[in-house]
Amino acid sequence: MANVIKITKGLNINLKGKAAAQVSAAPASQVYGLVPDAFWGMKPKVVVKEGDEVKAGDALFVNKQHPEVKFVSPVAGKVKLVERGDRRKVLSVQVEAAAQQAYVDFGKKDVKSLSGEQVKEALLESGLFGFFIQRPYAVVADPNDAPKGIFVSAIADMPLAADIDVVMKGNEADFQTGISALAKLAKVYVGVKPDSALANIQDAEVNVFKGKCPAGNVGVQINHINPVNKGEVVWTIGAEEVVFIGRLFNEGKVNLTRTIAVAGSEIKEPQYKQVLVGAKIGDIVAGNVKTDTKVRLIDGNPLTGMKTDENAFLLAHSTEVTAIPEGDEANELFGWIAPRFKNFSVSRSYFSWLLPKSREYVLDARVKGGHRHMIFSGEYDSVFPMDIYPEQLVKAIIAGDIDRMEALGIYEVAPEDFAVAEFVDSSKVELQRIVREGLDMLRKENE
Amino acid sequence: MGLKKILDNLKPTFSEGGKLSAFGSLFDAAETFFFVPNETAKVRGAQIHDAIDSKRSIFFVVIALIPAILFGMYNIGYQHALVTGGCTPDACPCADLWGNFLYGLAVMLPKIVVSYAVGLGIEIAVAQWKKEEVHEGFFVTGILIPLIVPVNCPLWILALATAFAVIFAKEVFGGTGMNIFNPALVTRAFLFFAYPSMMSGDKVWVNGNYIDCINGAPAVDAVSCATPLGQLAAGEEVIATPMQTIIGTIPGSIGETSVIAILIGAVILIWANIASWKIMLSTFVGGALMAYFLRYDGAQNFEWWEQLTVGGFCFGAVFMATDPVTSPRTEGGKWIFGFLIGAMAIIIRVLNPGYPEGMMLAILLMNVFAPLFDYFFVQANINKRAKRAKK
Repeated sequence: MANVIKITKGLNINLKGKAAAQVSAAPASQVYGLVPDAFWGMKPKVVVKEGDEVKAGDALFVNKQHPEVKFVSPVAGKVKLVERGDRRKVLSVQVEAAAQQAYVDFGKKDVKSLSGEQVKEALLESGLFGFFIQRPYAVVADPNDAPKGIFVSAIADMPLAADIDVVMKGNEADFQTGISALAKLAKVYVGVKPDSALANIQDAEVNVFKGKCPAGNVGVQINHINPVNKGEVVWTIGAEEVVFIGRLFNEGKVNLTRTIAVAGSEIKEPQYKQVLVGAKIGDIVAGNVKTDTKVRLIDGNPLTGMKTDENAFLLAHSTEVTAIPEGDEANELFGWIAPRFKNFSVSRSYFSWLLPKSREYVLDARVKGGHRHMIFSGEYDSVFPMDIYPEQLVKAIIAGDIDRMEALGIYEVAPEDFAVAEFVDSSKVELQRIVREGLDMLRKENE
Repeated sequence: MGLKKILDNLKPTFSEGGKLSAFGSLFDAAETFFFVPNETAKVRGAQIHDAIDSKRSIFFVVIALIPAILFGMYNIGYQHALVTGGCTPDACPCADLWGNFLYGLAVMLPKIVVSYAVGLGIEIAVAQWKKEEVHEGFFVTGILIPLIVPVNCPLWILALATAFAVIFAKEVFGGTGMNIFNPALVTRAFLFFAYPSMMSGDKVWVNGNYIDCINGAPAVDAVSCATPLGQLAAGEEVIATPMQTIIGTIPGSIGETSVIAILIGAVILIWANIASWKIMLSTFVGGALMAYFLRYDGAQNFEWWEQLTVGGFCFGAVFMATDPVTSPRTEGGKWIFGFLIGAMAIIIRVLNPGYPEGMMLAILLMNVFAPLFDYFFVQANINKRAKRAKK
């Protein structure tokens, strides 16, 4: 029987437009793009030239510090453009898809007979190693590290997030193969929700997490199972990315097909779409976005995602594309006293606490208040289910006090762990940005 | 929308380079007073936000103060009628609700206006100088100040004390959210030490001399009335009954007398989750325990629990100790903070003959210690982490 861990702190935000459990394939994009920024903490070195022919699984760029970590093309075709921004920063490497898909053959392998080194070799070669995120610093993993554990969260509880049950349907065997492969590298921990079909997974320690968002965050799970200490490294990887690994060994090819949720109040028919990593956002949401208001498209969920647009490419780790009203023309009168029935708030100065929990809200992208110093205490704490003082940690980061950041547990967190706190904050502090900067600052200092 | 258009048209005039750019932060304040800012989330970070902001939270504190304000106004008139009308508390004319209230309103209004004008004036000037938005923190401070000063504190002294508090207790630290001491209490402390004749704490001046047009009472010079705490300190019999101290028909600072009005405010604050119930509860527990241990031996007709109903105890526990900025940030720290405020306030009252009222000093003292209480809890977390790493 799996260990059950109860998470008491947190907040579920019930947004309108959850994806219905129907899955269909999105129309193929003409051009796919791999965005290096999705693999945070890595300097890309582009290894293809415009005009090169690539197969799905051929490297497009590598990690400059660790050239063995490759990032591969999701499709076969011709390299169309290496898009660069200021100071020649690589924004994306775009591949024009060929009519016939061809895959690099990595060879089917029986995971059981492989050693840890062989598994790592296969993951590096196929570009799937790049999907590992390490803690500390929440950056692309370093293949020379020996992690004390690999953590997989099979819970997606962020608002509008793709339901793991839908995503995993039909992928169970590949998931198991992937977990077995990871188990060759380090001890694997899988966090699942109560009554999950994945609870019977082999070769991993399974923990059941009960509780509100962000109980599904892998960082929260690590903190409860086996917290990261200074000098230790753990790797995390998304549940669907484990499936990619399983496919590599079962099929012998890199198949980056995801089942993502297309959801949100401004999506006409919220549903699931099968897409390739790097697909054009416009193709994924084609004809499915409401046009009566100004819409904000988000790559990811509304708490941790990133504003995107129809011409951008689906980021490598994204499990959903969501659409909410932009809201910049709302002009709400007397926000400090009006009842504002349509708004959602943890504060009981609004009425959302009286309304049934099943009520769904349409929230727009407004910040809904002026930026202040942290005034009210305990706000972050009530939605931050880790044994860490979030406010004190954020203040240490703002002050640039490295020793104090370390002492307060910065090695255990990623920006996403502060997403719910950022939502409830009445002082409207950009917590995720601050934590990101703190992690980058610390990494620079320690390297 | 008409108003929005007017504001939008005016905006360039008040913006950088406009004719009236010197009043830019005042314009900003007005704009955000009318409309929720339309600023949307950045590219990265949370794309949606809770509807709560500091403006709304802070205005809910003002709402919670309304019962105390209204009762305070009534009580000014009532106390005035008691000393000028020559009636007793049982006599009917003194229960002239509207007359008393209007009298109190007329006394109170200039204080509120002066407090806000001076405080907000400084805040707006500082915001303009720092090129920041005006922070709304003073909306609470500005109404708290008139509530905790004596009834006929001269307006110029009030203005001086307010200016002192806003500049030296708040702005020099960096404004709302950065101050160490509760600015409203600093105002009172300033009066207490700079103009001790105004508020020694044992007697309050019942207003009598400058507004007598409302009820036509004969003009008398200000009359001093002993508060229950003053009587205790002097070793006299306390005249007020528990019923009177709970309802609040006793002399005292304007907002502090009515336990009922303050508790209504407490309910609003706790319900809206704006003030910490932990601080309130632990303050009362600390005060009650200390009052019980230091109770009078029966020579005075004063039960130990009545300590909690007189003076500024309730007002301090509900509206002053719970100031989120100057109280501890950790939940554990809040328990200790409140407990020690309650205990310290009673210790000062009972054991120190010089100061009949101890609430203000207890809270200011604990404001200093708040970071220390946090330190214990945060350090425990740090030690735990360090120990775990060594294993």
